[in-house]
Amino acid sequence: MDAVFRIADRITVMVNGRVIASDVPEKIRVDPAVREAYLGDEH
Amino acid sequence: MAPLLTLTELHARYGDSHVLRGVSLEIPAGVSLGLLGRNGMGKTTLIRTAMGYVRAAGGTVDWQGRKVTGAPPERMARLGIGYVPEGRGIFPNLSVRENLVMTARPGPEGARDWTFERVLTTFPRLAERLAHGGQQLSGGEQQMLAIGRALLTNPRLLILDEATEGLAPLIVAEIWRVIAEIRGTGIATLIVDRNARAVLAHTDRAVVLEKGLVVMAGDSAALAAESEALARHLGV
Repeated sequence: MDAVFRIADRITVMVNGRVIASDVPEKIRVDPAVREAYLGDEH
Repeated sequence: MAPLLTLTELHARYGDSHVLRGVSLEIPAGVSLGLLGRNGMGKTTLIRTAMGYVRAAGGTVDWQGRKVTGAPPERMARLGIGYVPEGRGIFPNLSVRENLVMTARPGPEGARDWTFERVLTTFPRLAERLAHGGQQLSGGEQQMLAIGRALLTNPRLLILDEATEGLAPLIVAEIWRVIAEIRGTGIATLIVDRNARAVLAHTDRAVVLEKGLVVMAGDSAALAAESEALARHLGV
């Protein structure tokens, strides 16, 4: 993960077979949908 | 009373790669433990080393205070561990019924809490598909089958690796409902899932692994409040 953020110019995040975000690393890092995808929500 | 499962300073290697670097944790009877960490941090290796699929390169595994380090998986299962692996391990050429009954037995102390009928009550979808082949099931049905099969060994500890991976949202909710029900029956659980918030909501305690080490551990409710640390260890 750290390596991806260091190396990539753009990052695409996929969840359940769908692209939920595609942007530069700084934007991906603070994207609410991406953050939720990584930490999840209560079920 | 000794915990069901105790891992002490457990190490594991794949070739040159040192995957577990001294992990300690314990699961007392009836306690639900969440195991969190990004991909590749050692969660599955930890489970597989505890179960005897991977040789421990150091440290010990104890079951109810007895040393079982290096015991093969079939012995760990007999001691009372039900293991639902990532990918589920359904036998594709056996029917749903056969998958369920093939390993069914009373628990290590004669417990018969989980019967064929009770599993079908818990998972009505399986009851409708008893004659179907394992390969004909959806991912969610396969996961229900894998959990049902593990419950039919009447385990003291149920291990779920990637409990809801690749499942549709409605099925995910169904699996969490069942996990809560199982927890309520007093079976100890070890749960791995990508959804950290859901894991923390469904467990008593949790540990976070990073690069083969425990970096956070504590009551799940307390960990859930540590949003910044969770984001640092689990987030982007």
